[in-house]
Amino acid sequence: MDQGIIIAILATAVTAGTPILYAALGEIITERSGTLNLGVEGMMLVGAVSGFMAAYVSGNPWLGFGAAMAAGGAVSLIHAFLTITLRANQVVCGLALTIFGTGFSSYIGKPFVGIPLKETFKPVEIPFLSDIPVIGPIFFNHDPLVYISYLLIILLAFLIYRTRWGLNLRAVGENPAAADSAGISVSITRYQSVFIGGMLAGAGGAYLSLAYAPSWLENMTAGRGWIAVALVIFAMWDPYKALLGSYIFGGVEALGFRLQTMNVTISPFFLKMLPYILTIVVLIIVTRETKTRKVGAPAALGQPYHREDR
Amino acid sequence: MGINDILVEMKGITKAFPGVLANDQVNLTVRAGEIHALLGENGAGKSTLMSILTGLYRYDQGELAVHGKKVNFNSPRDAIAEGIGMVHQHFKLVSTFTVTENVAMGSDSWGAILKLDQIEKKLAAFSMEYGLQIDPKAKVWQLSIGEQQRVEIVKLLFRGADILILDEPTAVLTPQEANDLYIVLRKMADEGKGVIVITHKMQEVIEHADMVTVMRGGKSVATVPKDYTDETELARLMVGRELDLVHKIETGAPGEVILQLQEITAVSDRGHKALKDVNLIVRAGEIMGIAGVAGNGQRELAEVITGLRPISAGQITINKVDMTNRQPLDIIKAGVAHIPEDRHNTGLVPNLDAYENILLKHYLDKDFRKGPFILWSALSQYTQTLINKFDIKLSVPEAPVKAMSGGNLQKLLLAREISMEPNLIIAVYPVRGLDIGAIQAVRGLLMEARREGKGVLLISEELDELFLLADRLAVLHEGELMGVLEVEKTDIEEVGLMMAGKKGVKGCA
Ligand SMILES: Nc1ncnc2c1ncn2[C@@H]1O[C@H](COP(=O)(O)OP(=O)(O)OP(=O)(O)O)[C@@H](O)[C@H]1O
Ligand SMILES: [Mg+2]
Repeated sequence: MDQGIIIAILATAVTAGTPILYAALGEIITERSGTLNLGVEGMMLVGAVSGFMAAYVSGNPWLGFGAAMAAGGAVSLIHAFLTITLRANQVVCGLALTIFGTGFSSYIGKPFVGIPLKETFKPVEIPFLSDIPVIGPIFFNHDPLVYISYLLIILLAFLIYRTRWGLNLRAVGENPAAADSAGISVSITRYQSVFIGGMLAGAGGAYLSLAYAPSWLENMTAGRGWIAVALVIFAMWDPYKALLGSYIFGGVEALGFRLQTMNVTISPFFLKMLPYILTIVVLIIVTRETKTRKVGAPAALGQPYHREDR
Repeated sequence: MGINDILVEMKGITKAFPGVLANDQVNLTVRAGEIHALLGENGAGKSTLMSILTGLYRYDQGELAVHGKKVNFNSPRDAIAEGIGMVHQHFKLVSTFTVTENVAMGSDSWGAILKLDQIEKKLAAFSMEYGLQIDPKAKVWQLSIGEQQRVEIVKLLFRGADILILDEPTAVLTPQEANDLYIVLRKMADEGKGVIVITHKMQEVIEHADMVTVMRGGKSVATVPKDYTDETELARLMVGRELDLVHKIETGAPGEVILQLQEITAVSDRGHKALKDVNLIVRAGEIMGIAGVAGNGQRELAEVITGLRPISAGQITINKVDMTNRQPLDIIKAGVAHIPEDRHNTGLVPNLDAYENILLKHYLDKDFRKGPFILWSALSQYTQTLINKFDIKLSVPEAPVKAMSGGNLQKLLLAREISMEPNLIIAVYPVRGLDIGAIQAVRGLLMEARREGKGVLLISEELDELFLLADRLAVLHEGELMGVLEVEKTDIEEVGLMMAGKKGVKGCA
């Protein structure tokens, strides 16, 4: 393969990785507060369909993007209410949310299936940066949502590690009882983090329906929400590592496409399977790592908090 | 705040948990400048009362005034704003955070962006002023219990608390650390702060407190100035009857060797050698005491014997059978009972009820099962017998045991272990956090076990207790046995020196 093809594959890796990146970043914030939301897939779908509908009706993809975030956030509040206020089991609620999101998005998206979107997000070359050899075409010749995701990583890492809110967020995720007695509201912090997670999952969905493959198809996320959940573990709850992980997954997907177009005789089903095999492999490796090095999951992940419990 | 101003006034505070009235019309007045001791048996409601004062629990009835103003706290945040701070029985620290981060969390006097270096500076100032040495950059999990406690205290000072509550602060400290703590507390009282200390140690109250409030069965039964009372009166107020504070000394009649450790070496969780070439025997009908400052290999010693930690060299023999690196189940079957240091997690399962916790060591008994099925009626009868026999106070046996008070939890654990009819009992800090009544009971049970010809390995940090109960004493220092002594032929001073690392003259037995 010559250099041009490799660069093209890597550039596709970035766009293919972006929806996963948005969702994984959101889930990182959510899990940092000790709340596990397995509804990512569902929230992405709701985001994708609402984003598409809003963009289609208004003719403005930015409005679509905003609507997707709002819809993802709104759906996540169901999870927040059930798990934080009512202290229901987080795994069960998350799964229910995914099932709900899948059904709900198919239902309201029926009339929009297969319609192409006129106004979509288009690649914008960034002056100077896009001229850098290799790096430029890979990273700086994309649509605005990709650039926003770059900024988002820096912003979220700053939020988690450098701000008071981030410190409180981590405290709630590690030891809610300690956070509570230090005067941090565990519920409010968890609601906020779940909401942010929902908005970003919605954004990830919208990336699919507004930029990556601008249209609406039933179940178009095709498991990317689950990959995002796995990626959070791979990233050890760190935004920067999530970037790396997303692009690796994007890369596998891009490679699959490319091999198909190059008439390599590999079953297309096998190629489609690749990202998921990778997910399993990554999970095995990383969980062994985190176990031996004792880094990783927020200590209170998955546990409801009740002040008067012992 | 001037000295003697009333800082806290609690009137008729009542708080019920499902099935228990934890606080019943409690009154408490705390003034500026005093160290106010709160005494009471396990389950008397002390921690509950203090959790109400810090806004953690809501009360059902009563009135609460702080700094002369009626208040109604909705959360700890409200209490912190009124200058109330508490060091809980189980520390409320984030172990993966640094000291500075723990102090900074929840505080909003620093703007939205973290300025940890500024906080560090302020921390250093507090450390200097109060003689509370801590390394602001250390992670909490790396700190000893004593250091963690200092972090908790600095956290309160940092948040500007002038009413400080400490729940059993000395239960986990060495005598020296406890003394240092009281020096700090006195200094704070002298500055006009109010200090409330919950403790089970009568001697501490007599030495350090100004006022004493005694609670019994959820009620406040008396508040007296320290100078007008004594240990006997306080003990009587606590338990509601005269308590025989003098112990009957008895000694054992050692028989066959039950446990033999030969050249044991083991590695700790953090990867360093926790036990080095330890030789030790325990015989039937004797209590073998292990003395030493906590963290010198005691925990690992107990774990090695009970099969919870592998040894890298040496041999363990129980009843003449080689038990080196065998599974815990084999060791239980060999008749070894274990009262672990951490009763909440290693000893009992907090979320299971009393029946299920009892069953944990009896699930193989034919009495309690029919094939794979549990015979609940037999189990509940048996549990009831234990509850009565060991005088365990709980609301209902069907409630998760985590709701029980510390002392009663320990009694439940002991009841289960002793009722297994073991021939060797490994008891690690068995009276930690217990009230005098419960301590008497636990010590009585250990002595009874000895009378019945069982071997007991008693790990303790209280020399008084070891001298009272043990027949022989071994001293651990940095994982090494400094020597084995006959209790009759030694004194506290010699043991103290060995605890500090001086080898005994007599060598290992
Ligand atoms: N969160 C809770 N849920 C249910 N019951 C509780 C809870 N907290 C306390 N209790 C019950 O209330 C009573 C008082 O408990 P509390 O912890 O206040 O006692 P204490 O005086 O601090 O005892 P100890 O000396 O053992 O610490 C006990 O019977 C206990 O079982
Ligand atoms: Mg208590």
